[in-house]
Amino acid sequence: MTAYLKLDHIDKIFTRGAATTEVLKDINLTIEKGEYVSIIGHSGCGKSTLLNIIAGLTGVSTGGVLLENREVNSPGPDRAVVFQNHSLLPWLTVFENVKLGVDKVFARTKTRAEREAWVMHNLNLVQMAHAKDKRPSEISGGMKQRVGIARALAMEPKVLLLDEPFGALDALTRAHLQDSVMALHQKLGNTILMITHDVDEAVLLSDRIVMMTNGPSARIGEVLDVPLARPRKRLELASNATYLKCRQRVLEFLYERHRFVEAA
Amino acid sequence: MNMPVKKIGAEGVAPSAGATAPVVAMTPKRPPLAETYARMARETAVRVIPPLVVLALLMLVWELICRRAGSTLPPPSKVFKDTKELILDPFFDHGGIDKGLFWHLSASLQRVAYGYSIAAVVGIALGTLVGQSVWAMRGLDPLFQVLRTIPPLAWLPLSLAAFRDGQPSAIFVIFITSVWPIIINTAVGIRNIPQDYRNVAAVVQLNPLEFFGKIMIPAAAPYIFTGLRIGIGLSWLAIVAAEMLIGGVGIGFFIWDAWNSSHISEIILALFYVGIIGFVLDRLIAGLGRFVTHGTAQN
Repeated sequence: MTAYLKLDHIDKIFTRGAATTEVLKDINLTIEKGEYVSIIGHSGCGKSTLLNIIAGLTGVSTGGVLLENREVNSPGPDRAVVFQNHSLLPWLTVFENVKLGVDKVFARTKTRAEREAWVMHNLNLVQMAHAKDKRPSEISGGMKQRVGIARALAMEPKVLLLDEPFGALDALTRAHLQDSVMALHQKLGNTILMITHDVDEAVLLSDRIVMMTNGPSARIGEVLDVPLARPRKRLELASNATYLKCRQRVLEFLYERHRFVEAA
Repeated sequence: MNMPVKKIGAEGVAPSAGATAPVVAMTPKRPPLAETYARMARETAVRVIPPLVVLALLMLVWELICRRAGSTLPPPSKVFKDTKELILDPFFDHGGIDKGLFWHLSASLQRVAYGYSIAAVVGIALGTLVGQSVWAMRGLDPLFQVLRTIPPLAWLPLSLAAFRDGQPSAIFVIFITSVWPIIINTAVGIRNIPQDYRNVAAVVQLNPLEFFGKIMIPAAAPYIFTGLRIGIGLSWLAIVAAEMLIGGVGIGFFIWDAWNSSHISEIILALFYVGIIGFVLDRLIAGLGRFVTHGTAQN
């Protein structure tokens, strides 16, 4: 098993004045190349903090993140993030939003024309080429998230980080976008790490599901393999025994063993 | 606005062939011209007539009050009679300060243009610094808060002492008057850039210069333009006062000169021009702001 992305004994402690809160405790995880891994847990368990640490947007207190055996501790396009609220720049068009990253990543290796073709290629991948001259305010929430995915993909990241990418979408759009992400993963073979709080989403999309205990001092409670063949079909899986078993395991973990205690 | 027009088009085409969609799209392009003009005229009238009516009423009241014998101010009819030459020929130049109003106004506008341009550049730069760096804010903000309360004219003697000339002193007064709102609003705008945009910049690895040009300025543009708009208003306020003191060519001095020669009608005419130009400047910056920030305002 080759460790492509390795989280090595990560602790994270937030300090505000004299008060310290331990958010994450002893997080160890290795992810293989091409794997689709979901991190699931109740809100406030620190899963977004963990993603920010991998992205390099937040520092670790102890431990480290290794990508291809090299430590990464600052943000970079090799770990592109699809943000929960799309985070497109409203003053740029769809095309320019994607081009912003492409221009930086391929400044030396591609000519201007090649870069523009690459932007269009990635917009085509998420079926958003038709809206290339629109501004984010002129397209729907699902479309914005598609553009967000295109922006991340276009940087050719080693690991694609998805931070609850479908959280702000309605159920139908979400299902549609999940299928798109599955198809992209199938086609491009990216290594993907996704934060989610949706059990069905986690089981449907992932090769492995990392379940986190409640914070503070959240740790990895259990890692579940999802041995379902790809490509996966949403409708067929609804009655698939393996799918249901996996779903059951995650639900048990979240609602029996690590029930979310409100305002604990 | 085009709702009724579309309806007409759809009805006209429906019986001939329902499937020819392009025809449906084409028909609304031929609305009755007369109707369009009539609507435009109505919309203009709704905006223009009320202020004109109010203006006429005010003129009437003014005329009635000031027509009495022994009135200290001239009625509008006399103002117009006295200043007819100035209104009809704003371009005359008899040398020295005996020039048409156009030259006075253009001299004032030139000073404002210089002072305001410097203020815009310096204001945005300092505002960015204060908005971006906590230490710059701690060090500079209290200073700014005190300095910005100093009235524009209080700077004039000091700047005259420093520059020993009227022209740069007036420009300095414009600068020092309009720079504060630009600094403060820019700083607020920079401080309010959403963390999301900073994260995007970090992931893409924009360098500080690219971050400034591609994220900061566009994200803070609505705030910056608020500052610029307040700034242009203040500088137009300050120039008239400053020119009264420094003399030479300029609308402020024109007013002061008219007062000294008891040409009250000329003062009234000049005030009218000052008001109109102040209004135009404000609208100019507001329009520029709308044009530049068309994408940023709504998210």
